[in-house]
Parts: sequence; structure tokens; C-alpha cells
Amino acid sequence: MTLELVTGNHAAGYALAAAGEANRFARGAACGIYPITPQTEIVEYVAKFPFSKGRVIAVESEHSAMGVSIGAAMAGARAFTASSSNGLAYMTENIMVAGFYRLPIVLAAVNRTLGPPWNIWADQGDTLYLRDFPCIQLYCETNQEVLDSTLLAFRLAEDRRILLPVMVIMDAFILSHTQTETDLPEQALVDEFLPPLSLPHRLNFDHPATIGGLTWPRETLSQRVEIDEAFERVPAAYEEHRAEFRRLLGRDPGGAISAEATEDAETVLVASGTIASTAREAVRQRRRRGERIGFVKMKMFRPFPGEALLQACPNARKFGVLDRDYAAGLGGVWWHDLRAALQGRRDGAIVQGYLTGVCGGDVTPDMIDEVIDDLLERRSAGKPVWKGIDR
Amino acid sequence: MSAAPQLAQAPLACSEECLMRPGNTNCGGCGMSVGLTFLSRALKETGQTCQLVIPACCGIVTAGGYPTTGYSVPVLASTFASAAAFAAGAAAVRDLNGESHHVICWAGDGGTYDIGMATISAAAERNDNILYICYDNEIYGNTGGQRSSATPIGARTTTTPSGKIEGKKDIMAIMAAHRIPYAATLSIAHPDDFTRKMKTALAMTGFRFLLIHSPCPTGWKSEPGESIELVRLAVDAGLFPVYEVFDGWRYRINVRPRGGDVREYYRRQNRFPADAIDFDAVRAEIDRHNERLARLAQVFPAAE
Repeated sequence: MTLELVTGNHAAGYALAAAGEANRFARGAACGIYPITPQTEIVEYVAKFPFSKGRVIAVESEHSAMGVSIGAAMAGARAFTASSSNGLAYMTENIMVAGFYRLPIVLAAVNRTLGPPWNIWADQGDTLYLRDFPCIQLYCETNQEVLDSTLLAFRLAEDRRILLPVMVIMDAFILSHTQTETDLPEQALVDEFLPPLSLPHRLNFDHPATIGGLTWPRETLSQRVEIDEAFERVPAAYEEHRAEFRRLLGRDPGGAISAEATEDAETVLVASGTIASTAREAVRQRRRRGERIGFVKMKMFRPFPGEALLQACPNARKFGVLDRDYAAGLGGVWWHDLRAALQGRRDGAIVQGYLTGVCGGDVTPDMIDEVIDDLLERRSAGKPVWKGIDR
Repeated sequence: MSAAPQLAQAPLACSEECLMRPGNTNCGGCGMSVGLTFLSRALKETGQTCQLVIPACCGIVTAGGYPTTGYSVPVLASTFASAAAFAAGAAAVRDLNGESHHVICWAGDGGTYDIGMATISAAAERNDNILYICYDNEIYGNTGGQRSSATPIGARTTTTPSGKIEGKKDIMAIMAAHRIPYAATLSIAHPDDFTRKMKTALAMTGFRFLLIHSPCPTGWKSEPGESIELVRLAVDAGLFPVYEVFDGWRYRINVRPRGGDVREYYRRQNRFPADAIDFDAVRAEIDRHNERLARLAQVFPAAE
């Protein structure tokens, strides 16, 4: 075990590079990279990594960064890239292609407020807006979780039952630029955890197919249904790879959700990313005061782990959802999806949305306390509540 | 029983071993189809093969409907702007694995002159080891004929109903400015020169750019049977100079304009309104352009 003080960006870069290096006895690693604050250190790490069999191409845009990674993945290499905010927006068309082409590309995403205006601080809106694309999304709370989830992401993405890109996501600055003690696994361990990649549909001369050409509605539909079926298999496959990670690396990379004190709780607070740390602590203090409140951290966003959440909270009738994002005209995306997941399955449940730390504002223990007070007093759900506004 | 008389060798076009297989739905008189056949021949004669990366354009329609394919080699369809980026990734992995096939972008002028410009420029600047071939039919053909920056002055398209006001972008100058190892213009009316330059490009490494003047009877409102004659007229009149540029600065003119009548080229295509073309201006522009190229070839000649 090698504990080092590293940033979230360093942790992500380390994991991407180690995963790429682990494919050196197969078709190697290749990717396109492009800088944007606050993820730049990730691609810098990858660019300076001495790959035994790898090629890093610094391109002219995020769109092309994913384009190069798609070409590399289609040729059978382990491929990845990283981006943030408007970079993800610019990359969007090719993120979609990576999913439709069933390419196991891992995308490290650092949540930054979408612009304009020019705001570099944390907001999950840049990744949540990609929710309708065939791409698994994992949100992280610590630098260790970033590293572990990135390695796990390759295994999950390359699982032949899945074959989907995976986004590993962290908050700008709070993780990306903050050093914490992190275990950086040795290459040999990563090699063992990530077997050589063999993409079943890579470009080859034995079967010269045209990939992505004109496809009729019926055939396109069947491809979409296959994607849906792959998403259905994600929760179980995730648990398998998580167990294997635990066995090999001796650490739990975390489940799709992590519930705390929810068994008897009638009221449950739900959060993701680094807000989860603050919210969990606030809930613990309330428990100590005898209040029957529980906490759920959401790690997986796509597929949405609604079933797992319901099972973990058998007695909950009231959910408060903290969203560091705002979908225009709607409210929080997590809140919206949770409401949908509960529809018809927990009748009468109150699901209240709180917009906390949107556009990068601090989410303080006091703010969460206010949220919990509001939630406990509620007799019905209302419009999402904006927090942190002074006007 | 005596041996059956030997039939003359059928041309490669649309045979099973051709890049472009039988059964495609390309239009009659399509210059792109001829270009694919010549590419196929150049590959076969040099004993090479390729993977194609094709953005949105008639070239991807040529493949036909899934799960069949009109191509005999692996083809990866790219997003409109991304052909050079997809190809760069695939070529990098090819090189990492010591494989020898070419990675060739086959793209129209929309995907090259317009939406793909930044991607191509970046791949050229990096000197990525790919062959980029643009078949330039001077129009967005797939979508029914809209202007691109390759559309010549005066041409009517569905988005320039009165004729295009601006001139055609000089993409060869742009590519040469990247100092790439090889850039050349190709005319299907000059098959020997065409094939020779294809082979030159196939024998090199780094970013190579070929520009094919590709008649499109549907968009040009011309007779399919006159496609080859039309592009020959364009060469004869100096409208489409046939030349090659090495390393961005050494020039060679391959086919000298023979002073053909440019009006004939325009007259035979209904995309050009008969009365709206200022032929004096067109001729002046042609002369300027050809004189510039001739001087470059004189002062900075390509090594023999």
C-alpha cells in the first residue's frame, strides 16, 4: 500500500494511466486529450505518463478528444479521456457515439458550472445533462473513491454483458484540487484487476463491416433495446466487479448507493458527490439527538438505482433530495429521478427537492440543518427550495 | 473440348474485390464512385489494404443499409466533423500494434471544407499518419444540394437560389500551409495521373491530403454521361488546376491547362444561371490562380 497526498485530479489521472498501461500486452492504450479547468491536471498526468504501449494525442477540441478515443477504442485499444463543463457540452455528440457504438471508454468528468457566465466552481449540471445518453454515471465523494471508481469503471465498461462508456465524476476543486491521503495501487495489482481488453466488434479485416452506416428503424430499435438490456444488467455486474475489487485491492469502492441508519428512518436525506460528506455528518448529529432520520449517498446515477434505494429505506415516507444542479424549468435532476422511481411504489411519500450549492456555492452544515428542519416539519412536498440565495 | 476464349479482363469497378462492391445505389455519373474505384485499383496494384473512416456524406450512403455493406474493407462512420479525429485514433493503435494497413478518411467537401475544418487542420498540424481524401462535388449532396464553402461563385444551390456570391475556398493553400508531406489535386478525367498520385500518397507516411474534383449530376444539374467530360473541361480551362505540393512548399504542375473555353464548362451545367456569370471575372481569377501556381512550381520545384 502506497499512501500519498494527492488531488482528485491526480487520483483520476493515476487510475486512467494505470488502466491504460495494464493493456500493454493486448492492443495498448490511446486517447485524445484537451485541457479545461478544473480537469486539466488529469490530462496532463496522462500526457506525461511513460506508457509501454500507448499514445496520447493532444487535439484541438473536446469533440476531437473523444473522437480520437473512439477511433482508438474501435481499433481495440483501451481508451479514455477527461473533461468538464462546456468541454463536456462540446464533446456531447461524440459521448453519444461512444455509447451507441458500445465502446468501453472511461470519461473522467470534473463537475463545473456550465457557462455563461464564466464560473469554474462545482455544479453537477454538466454531467447530469448527459443523462439520456448510453453512458453509466458514477459520482464520487473522496479522492480514493475517484481512483477506485475509475479502475472499477474500466472493468464494468469492458464487461461483455455491458460494453458501455462510464463517466467517473467528481466535484470541481473540492476534490479535483484538494490533496488527501490516497492509496495508489501498484501497477501489478491494476494489471490483475484489469485483464487485457478484447473488444468483440473492433475493426477487423476478417469481417469488414460498416459500423454506423445507414440502419433501418427496426434494426436501430433492436440496438437501442440491447442498450436498455445492458443497463438492466449493470447493477448486478457492478456488484460482481465491486466484490472482485474488494478481494484484490482490499478496499470497498462503494455501492451504487450507500445507506446509513435508514432501516427505521421515516425521513431520509439523499445526496451525492462531496455534499454527501456534509449531509451524512449532519444526519448523524440528528440521530444522536434521537431523531429518526437516515441518509443515502447516491453514487450511481445511470442506471438510476431507485430499486436499491427503496429497499434500503423500507420505512421512509419522507425524502429530502439535495441537488447541486438545476434543470431549467424543472428543479434538481436527482430529485426528479427519485420522484419518478418512487411513483406508484411508495404511495403518499413526500419527496422534497433542495437546490444546494448550485453554481458552486458552499454547502455548509448550517444549510443542511435548515434543510432537515424544513423536511421534518413538512406535511407535503412543494416546489424545489433554493438555498444559499441572498436577495 | 477446347478452352473457352479468354474474355478481356473486366475492369475492377464493382467487382467483389473492389473497395466498392456491386449493388450500391450511387447515382449515374457520380465522380465519387469513380474515385473509389481508382483508389481500389491503386491499393490492389500496390498490394495494400485500408480501413475507411467516413463522415456523413454520400460515401457512407454507398455502404448501403445495415447489416450489409457496400465496402470490402472495415468502415467506421464518424460524426460529421470528426473523420480526421476518429482516423487519428485508429491509426495510432495500428502503429502501436505494428500493422500496415492504411487508415483513409473518405469525405465530401461539407465534411472537409466546412464542419470538419478544425479537426482536419489539427490532424494535419500533428502530421497524423493518415491519408485524407476529399471528393469535392462542391455541394452538400446528401441533403439535396446546399452551398458549401467549396461551391464555386455563381452556382445555384437550394441555399443560394440566385447563385453563390462568394468564390470557392482554396483548400489546397490551406493544407499546404500546414506543411504536410503531400497534398495533391486529382481529376478523374486524368486516370494515369490520378492513380500515380494515389500511389505516391500510399507510399508515404504522415498526413497526406488528396482533393478529387467530383462531378455530381444531381447537384450540378448536368448529364450523367458528361461527368468525365465536364471535369476534363475544368482542367483544360484551368478552373481545376492539377498539381501536387510536397512538404507544403515544393510544387509540381501535373496537367497544364490547354486554354479550354470555360464558358462551355458553365453552359453544360444548369446549376449556373446562363446570364449571371461574369466570365471576364472568372477568367481573370483563373489566370491569377494558375499564374501563381506556375510561379511557385518554377521557383520551388518538386525534386525529380
